[in-house]
Parts: sequence; structure tokens; C-alpha cells
Amino acid sequence: MIRYVVERIVQGLAVIAIMSFVIYGLIGLMPGDPVDLMISANPQLTTEDAERLRRLHGLDRPIWARYAAWATSALQGDFGYSRTFARPVLEVLGPRLANTAALMLGAFAVALMIGLPAGIYAASRPGSIADTLVNLGSFVSISVPTFWLALMMIILFAVVLGWLPASGLPPGPAGFWEHVRHLILPVATLAMVEAGAYARYMRAAMIEALRHDYVRTARAKGASRARTILGHALRNALVPVVTVMALSFGGLFSGALVTETMFAYPGMGKLIFDSIMGNDYNLALVALLFATILTLVGNLVADLAYVALDPRIGLGAGPGTERAR
Amino acid sequence: MTDARRGLGIAAAVALATLVVLAAAAPLIAAAMGHDITEADLLQRYEPPSLAHPLGTDELGRDVLLRLLYGGRISLTVGIVAAIMAASIGTVVGLLAGYFGGRLDALLMRVTDGVIALPLLPLLIVLAAVDLTELDLPPAIADSERVSLYRIILITALVGWTTVARLVRGATLSLKSRDFVRAAAALGAGHARIMAVHILPNAASPIIVATTLAVGQIILFESVLSFLGLGIQPPLPSWGNMLTNAQEVIWQAPLLAFYPGVLILITVSACNLLGDALQEWLDPRAVTRR
Repeated sequence: MIRYVVERIVQGLAVIAIMSFVIYGLIGLMPGDPVDLMISANPQLTTEDAERLRRLHGLDRPIWARYAAWATSALQGDFGYSRTFARPVLEVLGPRLANTAALMLGAFAVALMIGLPAGIYAASRPGSIADTLVNLGSFVSISVPTFWLALMMIILFAVVLGWLPASGLPPGPAGFWEHVRHLILPVATLAMVEAGAYARYMRAAMIEALRHDYVRTARAKGASRARTILGHALRNALVPVVTVMALSFGGLFSGALVTETMFAYPGMGKLIFDSIMGNDYNLALVALLFATILTLVGNLVADLAYVALDPRIGLGAGPGTERAR
Repeated sequence: MTDARRGLGIAAAVALATLVVLAAAAPLIAAAMGHDITEADLLQRYEPPSLAHPLGTDELGRDVLLRLLYGGRISLTVGIVAAIMAASIGTVVGLLAGYFGGRLDALLMRVTDGVIALPLLPLLIVLAAVDLTELDLPPAIADSERVSLYRIILITALVGWTTVARLVRGATLSLKSRDFVRAAAALGAGHARIMAVHILPNAASPIIVATTLAVGQIILFESVLSFLGLGIQPPLPSWGNMLTNAQEVIWQAPLLAFYPGVLILITVSACNLLGDALQEWLDPRAVTRR
């Protein structure tokens, strides 16, 4: 078990190292380097000044040398300054991370509360009207563009009905419930986009689980339908559902990025978008890496939950690792 | 397959075919209506639906129906072309990993798992923000009006191949130990021939299903990137960038924000429903069933 976790962490670190280099390289290809930005901010700079500044900041060196310098200071805990916030990158990231966690956990919980029961109910009555409705609803949910759904929610609940604010965060200092009130629309939007996939996985897994002999045995011994489903089949059906959810964590983050941008909610996703748009490359780089780490940690946690749910699954080497990819 | 599911699948196929035909015929429809797609008329902004403009006009007095049709051409082209490119990448990766196994398999699958786990939208935003002039592309491509179209096709294909790769690998793994493959090997067929002639055709069903689903997924990515201003650049219309403008005029014309989104929703739902129906019809699991 410990060996497996260590292996996964090493693997994760490798992914992060590769990603940091790829993102570093890509960001180097974006329009305008820091010196270009200084020149546009100060028209008195001459070409010679620009050359000198480029050398001073090491921009004349090849990309791998610059990456090595960045990585060395990053490993020492120095991630540089944000250009737009004029503060150390980590200071900017902290509160954003907390905001994104609130949004994602809220939406994840709501999506589970809608998706899983809907999937279980549909699976218990295949072919019924309820099943068809759940099926159609799931298709709409996985097919709807998140930003458009957010737009429609804003038009309906903020513009037409005026029930809820269109922004994700109160403008000034506000109490807890005021924060919750502002979070309702973003969380609902993100949850609606996620719930359909969960319902589909849950339905498919439950139908598969209900085919087993032990279910028939339980029914024959007089267990009620509800007890068979919830007491016997559910635990087995959850195993594949947890795996697919682990893989959908990156998707949840992508959804959060769109939701945050639409509701002007200051989270990681909006930060990534704004920093790329605003040529704030130090910040963009670290924020993107944080998002990657967040996703990898989410995947690892879900993988461990998968093991907790099904003790038959072995970890480490051997055929046990050949799980549903 | 249940009747309801078959019905939904057929309805989805019909809807998609209709959209493709309408989008393909957009220039003819424009000619028949006597408008031009770029024709702006500032005296006729936000016109309600009329005979001349069946869905009214937008904030520049352009015909909304025509822009939706032309936007559909772009969005559908991106979805279909990028999905086919992604499926090709995924097929090659899956075939190589499943057929040769061992270290190559381990490496390719680690990469696939890595890409699946990534938050794709932030990555796509970075890829879309890359300045093409820094890549030393020939000016004929870098300065072309359609460069945003080529770029979005390329980057969505680059992240969209993973599902196909996993499915093809799975099918290849079970196919390569079948008797007909062994017989071909015994008769002296080379690796390339076995993969192309004996394995690939039998792995076609999962590829078709995954490609259909990828079309929808890629249209979603295209629309959100275009909406954020990083995808298809105006004056080229796409359903995504039509929504960017519409968002700013929510108060004057909420319907402008409604139409493009509904078309995306219909198209993507149709792809997903069709993929689902195809999956049952072609039953990719038959490959693994002995």
C-alpha cells in the first residue's frame, strides 16, 4: 500500500516536472516578453536599453537554461513576482485556491446528490418513463456548453427574476450567508454540468451489478427491492463509478474555470485565464502547475477510495494494476 | 437495443445530417435570401424576426440566421476534422501500445493517463494563446484569416485522442492473440500488415463510436475557446464567438445569446446520442467476448 502511494507520488512528480517544462516553453511562445512590456510602458527606452534589459533578465539565453534557472529558484520556494498584482505569486494564489475549493467541493457534492440517486432510480426501473427522463437529462447535462448555461442562469435568475446576484462573491465584506447566496448560481451551474455524467455512470454500473446472482439470492431470501439495491448492489456498483469520477476531476476543474470567469468569481481558473490574457507569465505558470497538482492529488485520493471500496483490488505490481483504464 | 434508444439514435442522426446540409448550403441560402453574411446595416439593428430576416438582426444589423448557418459551418468543420485527426493519433498510439506491449505499451499508456488526468481547458487556453509568429511559420499560413481555424483544429486534436487510444489498445490486446492473427503471422505477414489488415478493421467499431463522441466534445471546446476570444477570430463567425458579442447585449437582445447556445446544445447532444446508439448497435464489447 505504502509502496503504491510512493510510486504514484513519484509518477505524479514526473508529470509535474514535464508539465512545468512544457508550460514554461509554451509561455515563452506567447506574445510579448517582459522587456516588450517594459518598452510599451516606457516609450523612452532605446533599443540598446532593451538589449541590456534582455541580458539582465537572462532573456538572451536559450530556453532550457532559463527553465533551469526558474526551476532552481522554484525548488527553493521562490516562484517570483506577479506582474499584475505586484506581489509574490504564492501570496496571490492562496486565497484563490480556497475560493476554487469552495466552488468545486460545493458543486461536486450537489452533483453527487443529484446524479447518484437519479442513476440508481433509473437503473432500478430500466425502460420506464423515469429512466428515459434521466437519460435525456443526462445527455443535456453532458452536452450543454458550461458558459452558455451560466449565461442563461444569469439571464433567468439575476436579470429577469432578480432573485440571485450574478457575481460569485459579494462586492465588499459580507457575512457567511451572503457568501453562500452569491455561490448558489455558480455552484448550481457547475453541478448541473457534472451531474449528468455521474448519473450515467451510476446507472450503467448499477444495471451491471443488478445482474449478479447474489442480487437474485437476496431477493429470493425476501429482501425488499430497495434493500437489495441499496444494501447489496450499491457497494459493488460504486467501484467503477469512483474510478470514472477520479478521471473526471480534470473536467471539473475545466468547468470551474469557465464558471469562475462567467460569474467573476476570484478562483484559480479565472486567475489562470486572466494571467494568460494579461501577460502575467510567472503567475500563469505557477497557477497552471497548481491546477495540475490539484488534479493529480484528486486522482490519487479517488484511486485510494477505490481500493477502500473493493478490497479485492490489489495494489502495486502484477495484474492488479491492470484496472479499468 | 431498446426501441426508445434506437429512436433517439435515429433522431440524432437526422438532426446532425440536417445541420450539416444546412451549414453546407449556407451560401446558397444566403443567395436565395438576397443577403450577404458580412452585410451590416446599422439602421436595422436588433430587428425582430421578419420575412427578410427570419431570426431578426444582431447588434450590427447582420442577419442572425445566416450568421448561425455560417457559424455552424465553422463549428462543424472544426468538430469533424479535429475528431478525425484525434482518432487517427489515438488509433496509432493504441495499435502500437496494444500490439507491441511491454515497455512501449507502458510508456504510451502513462502518457495517455497523464493527458487524461490534466485539466484540459487551461492547457488549451495556453496553447491557443501561443503567438504563431514566434514559431517561424510561413507567412502564408501565419497571416491568413483562417489561421485561427487551423490552430483550433490542431490543438483540440492534440488533446482529444486519449479515449480512442485506450479503446484501440484494449481491442488490439484481445485481437492479437486470436487465431486468425496468429495464422497471419505464421503465414509470414509482417507487423505492419497484421496491424493494418487484420487488427484495425476489427477494431473499427470502438473507433467509430469514440470519434462520434469526440466530435461533440471538440465542438464544446471550440465554442468555449472562441467565446473566451481565443478560438475562432471574427470576422469568421462561430457559435462560440457569436455568444461573446451576445453576452454584451443581454439587455437589448437576450435571444441573440439564446440561439447559438441552443445550436451547440443540439449538435453536441446529437453527437452524444448517436455515439451512444452506435455503441449499442456495433457493440464494441463483441471484440472482447469470446
